[in-house]
Amino acid sequence: MTFLRELLRFFVARKKVWLIPVVAVLLLFGVLIVLTGSSAIAPFIYTIF
Amino acid sequence: MNILGIASYYHDAAAALIVDGVIVAAAQEERFTRKKHDEAFPAHAIAFVLKQGRLSLADIDAVVFYDKPYLTFERLLETYHAVAPKGLRSFIAAMPVWIREKLFMRSMLQRELQKLGTLKADVFFTEHHLSHAASAFYPSPFEDAAILTIDGVGEWATTTICHGKGNAIRVLKQIDFPHSLGLLYSAFTAYCGFKVNSGEYKLMGLAPYGNPSGERTKTFEKLIRTHLIKIHDDGSFVLNMDFFAYTTGLRMYRENAWKSLFGIPPRERESEQIAQEYMDLAYAIQQVTENVVLRLAKTAQKLTGAQNCCLAGGTALNCVANGKLQRAGIFKHLWIQPAAGDAGGALGAALAYWHIKQGAVRVPADGDAMQGAYLGPRFDDDDIRIVCREFDAPYQSFTDEGQLCAEVARLLDEGKVVGWFQGRMEYGPRALGNRSILGDARNPDMQKKLNLKIKFREGFRPFAPAVLESEAVNYFATSATSPYMLIVTNVNKELCNPLPPDYRTMPLLDRLYVQRSPLPAITHIDFSARLQTVSPKTNPRFHALLTAFKARTGCPVLVNTSFNVRGEPIVCTPRDAYRCFMRTEMDALVMGNILLLKEAQKPLAESSDWRETYTLD
Repeated sequence: MTFLRELLRFFVARKKVWLIPVVAVLLLFGVLIVLTGSSAIAPFIYTIF
Repeated sequence: MNILGIASYYHDAAAALIVDGVIVAAAQEERFTRKKHDEAFPAHAIAFVLKQGRLSLADIDAVVFYDKPYLTFERLLETYHAVAPKGLRSFIAAMPVWIREKLFMRSMLQRELQKLGTLKADVFFTEHHLSHAASAFYPSPFEDAAILTIDGVGEWATTTICHGKGNAIRVLKQIDFPHSLGLLYSAFTAYCGFKVNSGEYKLMGLAPYGNPSGERTKTFEKLIRTHLIKIHDDGSFVLNMDFFAYTTGLRMYRENAWKSLFGIPPRERESEQIAQEYMDLAYAIQQVTENVVLRLAKTAQKLTGAQNCCLAGGTALNCVANGKLQRAGIFKHLWIQPAAGDAGGALGAALAYWHIKQGAVRVPADGDAMQGAYLGPRFDDDDIRIVCREFDAPYQSFTDEGQLCAEVARLLDEGKVVGWFQGRMEYGPRALGNRSILGDARNPDMQKKLNLKIKFREGFRPFAPAVLESEAVNYFATSATSPYMLIVTNVNKELCNPLPPDYRTMPLLDRLYVQRSPLPAITHIDFSARLQTVSPKTNPRFHALLTAFKARTGCPVLVNTSFNVRGEPIVCTPRDAYRCFMRTEMDALVMGNILLLKEAQKPLAESSDWRETYTLD
């Protein structure tokens, strides 16, 4: 919960509240990806994430 | 106040400790784990810096991480949102690690730190490019300086111009992702068949083989400028994302677009031969990179009015561009953080906390505050003897430094290659005479021997010279010092031999082995050299060795290359050094006051092939 509060405060401070629905949808997808266990390490790319 | 700086989870994890503003210790995690560019939480490096400072974790007053993960997350979300539905593969690759770990960075760091002791301090975060800027400005000798940071990407920023004055750093200009000079250079690194984020220096070493006056090279440069990057007069730039894939996929460039633009396919990775086309392409991108750096530097000078400039960020390791910047005379003085890549962010984060958050007054150090970058672990003769006994290795001990240096100078003069392991390990990617392999720069076969029998790396790659600081002007076209081997300069014209008339049409290796100067092992194909000037103040023993070599041969220059084989991190401990010594055709190893000769050693019991231990970079 601390994390969610912190993240919310961050988006408010950055005036990026519009990102919250995007976060929600992407996180949902993300959670599904984590649960299905698929992950790939990028072999040919500079670590941008 | 004791401040612990940490860099990790991207590449080149590291830890740094400052006590009341004084840099006590700093080291990269890869040196301890023996995994090149190790990005894992730097538990070993933290344990080392605490030990060096004779502190426990409970004594630390603040822990500072070099990057703001929420800002990076914001950049990722906005990027995926902007390019959707493309980018799914990248999203799938990125999200698990974010959802499991990086979004919870604070608690993850706390958890990891608690494994090392009792954590009482809070965890703070600095912006990635502020960490770079702080690592460049605060240890520099300047009261007032322009600061240029250029790398692949931090959170959003890929390039910044800052102004450092006293204890303050002000960000004046910033270029954001996806427009990145570092990523542009990395894309060409990949296209020319080298590994992204470690092969960039190979591309830089390949560039001088390109034909500067050739039509193809000129065309490549024009194509880059017209299609890939739009460079403005002030050095700001915009990449044409139609040619790049890193926002949407797991590759740097769009292969078909590049193929039809340049008319050549991507070079197969690590293929034996390198065609002239790729050398010309490397030359072209190097020219473009230098042009951007020079323009940015001019803008930085205009905006700040400063006479001095500090550099950091991965692109600051492009020592050819640094040399051009120095010779351009835009600034009177140039200072580059020796750990310019992400590892240096650990130090920058700690220093930023001390001077910006705590408001601590800054007194610029005479020379600089980096202590020669010798900030890593030290091993004394007793530690070394234990390792010699462990390997049952015959050795000779010296009690007099003069005798030791005279003996090593004799070995070098005879064409022997010597592993030189002394004092504290270097912080940053360069070996500066404490974890070095040394050879005679006058020896015409030295480059071949070092590349193929000792380092096992590509034959085309150049070696760097270490020269007595007081003698540098007699050999190299520079009056400035270069203690951190981050400036490429030219060998003095009067020392350069004329080239054969068919030089440009000769095969790569034939060109390489043309004797270009009386110092062939360190004179690169374009008569340049990546210089290290050695001062008695920062490295008295290495200075003593060069002095002994000069006394014997009249030459104050040695080849200095890092003590490792290809793909291996630079050695850290006497054990690492002995193993590396025994796995290669190195002739002698000097550790502290102890000399080991290869001919006296028994074969290493653990006979594993180093190629199975280390992945080629």
